[in-house]
Formats: sequence, structure tokens, C-alpha cells
Amino acid sequence: MVLGATHRSDIEEVVNEVVQQYGSSRDELIPILNEINRKVGFLPNGVLEMVSKQLKLPQSKVLSVATFYQMLSTKPRGRHVIQFCESAPCHVAGGRQVWERLQEELNIKAGETTEDGKWSLITVSCLGVCGVGPVVVIDEDLYGNVTPDQLPEILSHYS
Amino acid sequence: MKTYRSLVLVSSDARSLELGAQQVFQKIQQEVNRLGLDEEVSVSMVGDVGRHDAIPMVIVYPEAAIYGPVKVEDVPFLVEEHLYKGRIAAGLQASQRELSGRIAWISARKGTLPAEKRVVLERAGVIDPDNIEDYILHDGYQALGKTLSEMKPEDVLDIIKKSGLQGRGGAGFPTGMKWSFVAKAPGKKKYVVCNADESEPGTFKDRLIIEGDPHSILEAMIIAGYAVGATEGYIYVRGEYALAQTRLRNAIQQAKEFGFLGNNIFDSGFDFDIHIHSGAGAYICGEETALLESIEGKRGEPRIRPPYPTTSGLWGMPTLVNNVETLANVPAIIQHGAEWYRSIGTPSSPGTKVYTILGNVNVTGLIEVPMGITLREVIAIYGKGMKEGSSFKLAQTGGSSGSIIPASLQDTPMDFDSFTKTGVALGSGALLICDEETCVVDLAKVLLQFFRVESCGKCNPCRIGTERSYTILDSISQGTGTLKDLEDLKMLSDKMTTLSNCGLGQTAGTPLRDVMNYFRAEVEAHIRLKVCPAGVCPMSGRH
Repeated sequence: MVLGATHRSDIEEVVNEVVQQYGSSRDELIPILNEINRKVGFLPNGVLEMVSKQLKLPQSKVLSVATFYQMLSTKPRGRHVIQFCESAPCHVAGGRQVWERLQEELNIKAGETTEDGKWSLITVSCLGVCGVGPVVVIDEDLYGNVTPDQLPEILSHYS
Repeated sequence: MKTYRSLVLVSSDARSLELGAQQVFQKIQQEVNRLGLDEEVSVSMVGDVGRHDAIPMVIVYPEAAIYGPVKVEDVPFLVEEHLYKGRIAAGLQASQRELSGRIAWISARKGTLPAEKRVVLERAGVIDPDNIEDYILHDGYQALGKTLSEMKPEDVLDIIKKSGLQGRGGAGFPTGMKWSFVAKAPGKKKYVVCNADESEPGTFKDRLIIEGDPHSILEAMIIAGYAVGATEGYIYVRGEYALAQTRLRNAIQQAKEFGFLGNNIFDSGFDFDIHIHSGAGAYICGEETALLESIEGKRGEPRIRPPYPTTSGLWGMPTLVNNVETLANVPAIIQHGAEWYRSIGTPSSPGTKVYTILGNVNVTGLIEVPMGITLREVIAIYGKGMKEGSSFKLAQTGGSSGSIIPASLQDTPMDFDSFTKTGVALGSGALLICDEETCVVDLAKVLLQFFRVESCGKCNPCRIGTERSYTILDSISQGTGTLKDLEDLKMLSDKMTTLSNCGLGQTAGTPLRDVMNYFRAEVEAHIRLKVCPAGVCPMSGRH
């Protein structure tokens, strides 16, 4: 699903398709960026430029929106993105121990990507699945009631 | 979730535990399981019951029968007589004496157990949410039919006002009043916006309402549109709620096919249309003016008020913004009337409230109960008691912007009025129940971490206040705090509450204030003794 971010022509095609789908009105800026982010994996500079031209908006406005929302990323991310919920309900249910172990396993800290480009680790606020905390989300897969010892097995499912 | 027939409480103060309360508690559980009563009877430890002449004491509800002192060998007889055969276990009753005022609710509730009452979740889990016909079979769109064929917009405003419905997003603003403001506001075009950007930590009631009964939200929005004179509606759903978005899109499509949305609904000449707008991950967009900015395609930074959205909202037009749970009450009120609605809950806060129960209790999940239930009842009946071996220390209500409620306030009825009088906040409906192993400094640190990340940065009191508070709490948790930090935290809490532009900054100070009010000694232990009493904080910087 995620395209190699280097092919400008591919990206241009994605942008055109998405803008056509939502219409080139300013109100649609966030849905458009969301969809491109989902398809490309992140929002490279080129994308912001193309969107700004198509929506007839200053590039600064597009950048300010792209950097405001947590689900949009202007930096490349690893092949798999791990989201860890750091809100209170997961924290009191044992989240602290899971978080420490997760950083040990991957050898990176919050907001970083592993050198081989496989993993990106980000902390997020409540995902609304607190009934089964602590919660870890990898790409689009959700893991609930996670214990530190389950992590190696969970991570081994991803290549 | 089930409703229990009986509630059994075992005293568990230090003296009771010495005399075998733990064994009595376990034996009751065993016997209840043996007789197959575990679905009907909730057994929990209740702490100090206020009298020590006949402990360990066992109290059985709804009869309010008091037994004691109870020994392990008495338990089989007690359970069989009272819980199985339904009569008083002769010879085990304690002498008649008053219980302490702290658990006075025990006599007040005699003869009743607070039962779940479903208004907004009535159909959730019962109907197929992807099938409009199932909704219609369960009286769906009847309220809309009644509204458009028998009622004038003023009648709708009147009934909502009379019902006493209050906003369920946390602030508790009277819904009928808000609707009237929008109805009265001059404007060529008006909007109805449903706030489904539920992101208070620990809250997922709106997600379950939408996922379980999406049409009830559409129906309520159309009714609201008719009442205030709007022809267009938006549902702002947080980006993380993919299933809720799919369900809503499907529901809108079906409602259009059936003629509940679109032009000339029910031949009444009234037109209404609804759009879905997905968020992109920003807690602040739950603030109503930030949400409007976000729908307009901008950064979700709250606007300066006044003007309020009721006069100048989406694209400068009068806009009604209501939370999902608030709207979900509307069809039932129209159908059954304001009187009926007022018969549920408390006089000052009618209706039900949906709560999520989380933390160190045996059963976590979602409940809908009448306003006015107490925390103790929620923990004992719906949480099925604290996890074994732990006792209740505090509850954090309403996600991060709620209050920290100490165990001493657990008998305060949970409604907007009683909570305001006590000086705490009901918030959005999350109840994070924490045991003795929770450190208040660590908890406050997690809450402030949330606020400093989610602060939009537009106004200084919030941007700087949340950051500074976090830094100070972190230093206290490392064992490097000073007594001046306590004064600084108090000052920061006051300034954030009074000077911030929107609800985020105004409530970010609440956990600090509550910690200082109720748990100051524990924070001071971190500073003066360099000890974390709960053993959670790293304290790595001491020496």
C-alpha cells in the first residue's frame, strides 16, 4: 500500500487522484492530506507544493496544517509504525513497563526510526480502546492487554 | 452489562482483616459460585463501615441486612439462607446500631439497588447497526415523524428545555438553552454539528454509541436542524475511529434512500443533509471552536469567544454544536416526553449518564446508569469490587480534564450539581479507578504529559503552564523537588485555570489542584523524605 516516496511521478498521480476525489476546495484540505498520507506513508515537500497549487492556497498554510495534526507526518517513517498509548488508563494498567520494554526491544526512543528503516516508534494520546489497556497499535493492527513478555512475539509477525 | 439482584459488602478495615475478613470474603465468593449465583450477586470489600463492635461485618443489599461478627464457618449457612433461599440468616445478625455517616448511603438505598437504565444505549447491541430497517423496527425515526408532522419548531425547543437535558461532553450546559440561542440567532444559513471527536483519555462511550446505533445520531441531528432552522449538518469524527466513520457513512446513505435525509423530508417541506468530517489526530479539536476551524480546513486552534458558535460558528453562521451522547438522548425525549425524562436521574440532573469503568477493578467496561449513582456503587456493583488484595485510593473522572476524587468522596452522588458543590468535576464519563499502588505524582505527571503534548500552543498560559508543570512534577518524581515547587504548582494551576483561552488550558490545572488539596502529604514525602510512598517514582536524582 505504501509507495516508495522517491518517485515523483507516482506521487503526482496519487495527489491528482485524491484531489479529484475530494474536490479542490479548502474545506477538504485535511481529508486530502489524510488520504495522501495514508497512501504515500508521509507527506514529502513535493506533495505539499502540489496540494498548495491545486487548492490555490499558500504553501505555508498547507505546511501549518500538515504539522498540526498528529496523524499527518512530514517526515519519512519506517515500514511499520508502532503507536503506543501513553494516556493514564493504559499507564495505570501496566503501560509503563510495556513502554520500557518496547524501547529496549527496538533500541530506539519515542519519535525515532530504526536504522534499517523497519520500525518507527511514536507515542499517541488515548485511542479510545481503554477497556483492554495497555494498548499497542502496529500499522493497522491493534493489540490489547499487552504484557512486556508478549512484545517479542508480537514484533516477530512483521517483516 | 448485567444487573445484580444482591450486593454483598464485607468490612475490610485493618481490624476486620486481622479477624479474618479476607477469608470470609473468599468463602462468600466460593459459596456464591458453588450455588451458581455469581451472575446475580456481587461481592465486594467495602473498607471501614464505621462500627467495630461486630466485625468482620457482612452487609447484604437491597435488604440492608447487617451480619456480624461473621466467621468463615458461618458463611455457608449465611449464603444459603439469605442469598439462595431469600430469608434472613437467623442468629447471625448484628445488634441494631447506626452506621457511620460516611456510608449513610447504605440506609438511604434500602430496598433498591441502582440498576442500569438504558436510554442512549437502548438499541446498541440489540439491532444490526448497518441495517436501517432494524432501527425502524425498534421505533427508529418515529420521533422524527412525530416532530415533522405534529410539532412546530418552538414545540421541540420547549420539550428539550423542559426535559432538563444537559450537555454530556463534560460542561453540562443546558441543551434546550443552547438550541434556543441558535434558533433566535439571525442568519441566512445555520448548521448543526455533532462533536464526535471523542479523545478524553479513558472515554469511548461516543464510539460505542455510534458503532452500536448510528441512526439515532442522524435522527437527533435532523430533529435539531428542524428546531433551530438549520438545513445542513456535520459530524466531526476523530480520525482514529475508522469503524464509526464507516457505520455513519453507511447510515447516511440508507437514510437518504429512505427519504429521512434530503429534500422535503416526510413531505413537510423541510430539507436536511449531513456530511462526515474526519479528524486527523488532535485532542484540541474536541473544543467546539477548534472543531469548527478544523472543518473549515485549518489548524485546530480555538477561537476567541465571544462571539459564541451559537451566533457565529461554522463559516460565521449560527451553529449548534452538541456531543454524541447529548444528541442520542433527543429521540427518546421527543417520543416519551419531558416528564418521563425527568423521572430518571436526579431533579437537578435528569436522565442517565454513560460511564466507562477502567483501572484496578475486576470488571472494566461501559455502563449507562441514572445520574446520581455514587462511585462506591459503581465500584462495588459494576466493577465487581477492587482487584483482589487492593483497596480504593482515588478515581480520575472524565479523562484528563476531570478531577482526581479521593476515596473520602466516593459517596458523593455523581451528578453535575453535587459534584460542582463538592468542588470536583464529572467530566466526560471516564472513571479510572486507582488502587493504593498508584502514586499521585506519577499520575499527575502522566496527565500533564498529555496536556503539554496536546496543547495547541496558541495561548501562553496553557502552552507554558503545561510544560512548566510537567517539568516540576518530573523533578519531584526524580527526588530533586523543593518545597517551593509546591507553591509554583499551585500558582501555575491557578493561572492556567483563570487565564487560558479555552477549556484545555482551563482544565489542565485541575489535576494539580486536586493533588494539592487531597494528597499534599504524599507529594511532600517525595520532596522532604525523598521517598515515593507508593514505590512508583524512580527517585533517581536524590542524594
